[in-house]
Amino acid sequence: MKANCWYGKTIMRVEDVPEPQILNQRDAIVKISSTAICGSDLHLYNGFIPTMQRGDILGHEFMGEVVEVGREVTNLKIGDRVVVPFPISCGNCFFCQQQMFSLCENSNPNAWMAEKMFGHAPAGIFGYSHLTGGYAGGQAEYARVPFADVGPIKVPEHLSDEQVLFLSDIFPTGYMGAEMCDIKPGDTIAIWGCGPVGQFSIRSAFLLGAEKVIAIDQVPERLQMAEQGGAETINYLEQNVYEVLMEMTGGRGPDACIDDVGMEAHAPGLIFAYDRVKQAMALETDRPHALREAIMCCRNGGIISVIGVYGGFIDKFPMGSVMNRSLTIKTGQAHVQRYMRPLLQMIENGDIDPSFVVTHVMSLDDAPRGYDMFKNKKDGCIKIVLKPGMNGKSDLVH
Amino acid sequence: MSATRQPIGDRSNYAAQRSLPGMPNASVKRLAKGLGWFSVGLGLTELLAPGAIAKISGVSNKHTGLIRLYGLREIASGITIFSQEKPAAGVWSRVAGDALDLASLGMAFTAPDAKRGRIAFATANVLAVTALDLVCANQLSNGNHGVHAEASCIVNRAPEEVYEFWRNFENLPRFMKHLEAVENLGDGRSHWTAKGPAGMTVEWDATIIADVPGEVITWRSLEDSDVDNAGAVRFQRAPGNRGTIVKVNIQYNPPAGVIGATVAKLFGEEPQQQLDDDLRRFKQVLEVGEVVVSDATLMGTGYFEQRPARPADIDELEEAEEMEALPSQTGTNYPRSQSAGGRAF
Repeated sequence: MKANCWYGKTIMRVEDVPEPQILNQRDAIVKISSTAICGSDLHLYNGFIPTMQRGDILGHEFMGEVVEVGREVTNLKIGDRVVVPFPISCGNCFFCQQQMFSLCENSNPNAWMAEKMFGHAPAGIFGYSHLTGGYAGGQAEYARVPFADVGPIKVPEHLSDEQVLFLSDIFPTGYMGAEMCDIKPGDTIAIWGCGPVGQFSIRSAFLLGAEKVIAIDQVPERLQMAEQGGAETINYLEQNVYEVLMEMTGGRGPDACIDDVGMEAHAPGLIFAYDRVKQAMALETDRPHALREAIMCCRNGGIISVIGVYGGFIDKFPMGSVMNRSLTIKTGQAHVQRYMRPLLQMIENGDIDPSFVVTHVMSLDDAPRGYDMFKNKKDGCIKIVLKPGMNGKSDLVH
Repeated sequence: MSATRQPIGDRSNYAAQRSLPGMPNASVKRLAKGLGWFSVGLGLTELLAPGAIAKISGVSNKHTGLIRLYGLREIASGITIFSQEKPAAGVWSRVAGDALDLASLGMAFTAPDAKRGRIAFATANVLAVTALDLVCANQLSNGNHGVHAEASCIVNRAPEEVYEFWRNFENLPRFMKHLEAVENLGDGRSHWTAKGPAGMTVEWDATIIADVPGEVITWRSLEDSDVDNAGAVRFQRAPGNRGTIVKVNIQYNPPAGVIGATVAKLFGEEPQQQLDDDLRRFKQVLEVGEVVVSDATLMGTGYFEQRPARPADIDELEEAEEMEALPSQTGTNYPRSQSAGGRAF
């Protein structure tokens, strides 16, 4: 089968690889109809996540048709159309039973690597380095899905792939980012990063009762999409974020701030150079500019929701601001399985149509070009969906 | 925890056991300490006066940044030697550092502006210290007979159930990677077969010493075993009834000779890591029904066993099957509890 494989920093190749087999009895094999490139795939693409191996198949946002099931999988049958959540979760351990699926204790066979890096290991994730298990990803024609009796959710035929695909990651992730803000009616929420996850955070914040959402980015297309979602926007290249936010909130600051950026933040001027140099010298692994700014801007007693991905260590962290102003930091990889059913219900009710975020639909063969396009924000690119079954050139949707 | 029970796995007892033959003698310890002070002294000099070091060793003044880094490394080695009860790790880190120094001096030797006489003098000095480090590290490590490891995990099952699974020793090869089979001989006795390199096996008979249902099992090998070994496992109800805390101690005393070397190879490299991995698999079998494998860990979870995260081809699958690494090939799953199934969500 064809699969999109990582061969080093910014080197992707679509290769012919063996088809997956059932290895555990709770596995299913899914024939992939649609798969997406995630912002967090760019951290792998840019070489910022350790424990990658040449030839690893990437991709953790995918859906398709069940073509084979292990003998312990009784809830799915061949032919079912399913969306697969990115965390691999057993459903049996302490954390799964607390609905904290991205912390599953049994799905990461390389837990020892993560323990060295993080102290304790998170769950396995498809196509996301060996630190999170070393599972082949979903940017391929087929994928083996462990714990298929827990993760995949059946989706109705009348909804298109583009409407339900993002239940695999970015819709629940953006939603959890907003949910962690504990939004009360009348709240003002500021969101750093208007990439695909940020776009879902904006819409989720409104769904959860926010009165005002302020979105921060520098890419015009993303800011425009944020405005279409009802947000007011700040272009951080043109305006001082802190000053504008204070002006908009009467000097008090937003009730909660969401970091939808993560470890590869950009910022104007010296602070970016400082973090970029330290990152290049491996003195810190992540560039936490958005997080620092979110902390400084948040109102006293407010909530900092960190849903953007961090991989390692940061410095110049304004802990004094957090402590003295009674801030709460909430964070985590999304517990996707917890959100899939309620969010699918919202899609079916017509409360939200996630396909708004798609700017490009391409053949799987075009994946390397897609990564380059997404990384460099070329051609108005915000979200790329790859179709293993599609031949020919890519197709601009919006 | 009550003091009258489970004496075998008790940590103080364990420490007493290992201090007998294994502890390095006083003179080696003194040598280690001396090397530790040397590390700190040299490290501070490199950090504060890298120019002087560059001059003495004949390397270019351009490399003072690197010399400062090496100074930090020396200080770290020194601190490791002082801060540990067993200074072997610190001394071995010095050996690794010596290798780095020698490599750097070798590169400096070929530089066009090299002062070769001074570099040769510096190299000779580093070589002398390297020899001392090697002797010291070897003695510190070799004085340590046998292989010990202890590990613990928490399993989302009742202590009685976890105990029951372990008590049937025939289950152990399902999660202990080095074991090929354990046969129950009755009367608390069992026959164990461990896998060796190149198809070799190591065998022994073991007998149960202590057995308190739901609480503790201890066993040890009988006389005339290929390898003298013992193990203890304790089961404690976790606070809040959140399953069972399992604590395992194992000890192997490999004999001299070929079998000893084989055993050392089996358990010697990363015994602690191996036991940790075994317990992780134990938890998987009890909680999810079987050992969980990814594409990368088809041949094992170790650093060097990682495959790329992509499906295996037929040859690799056959190899994994031969290694009995494929869980679906190893009989029926351990039954999952109904309440814990994924369909509940």
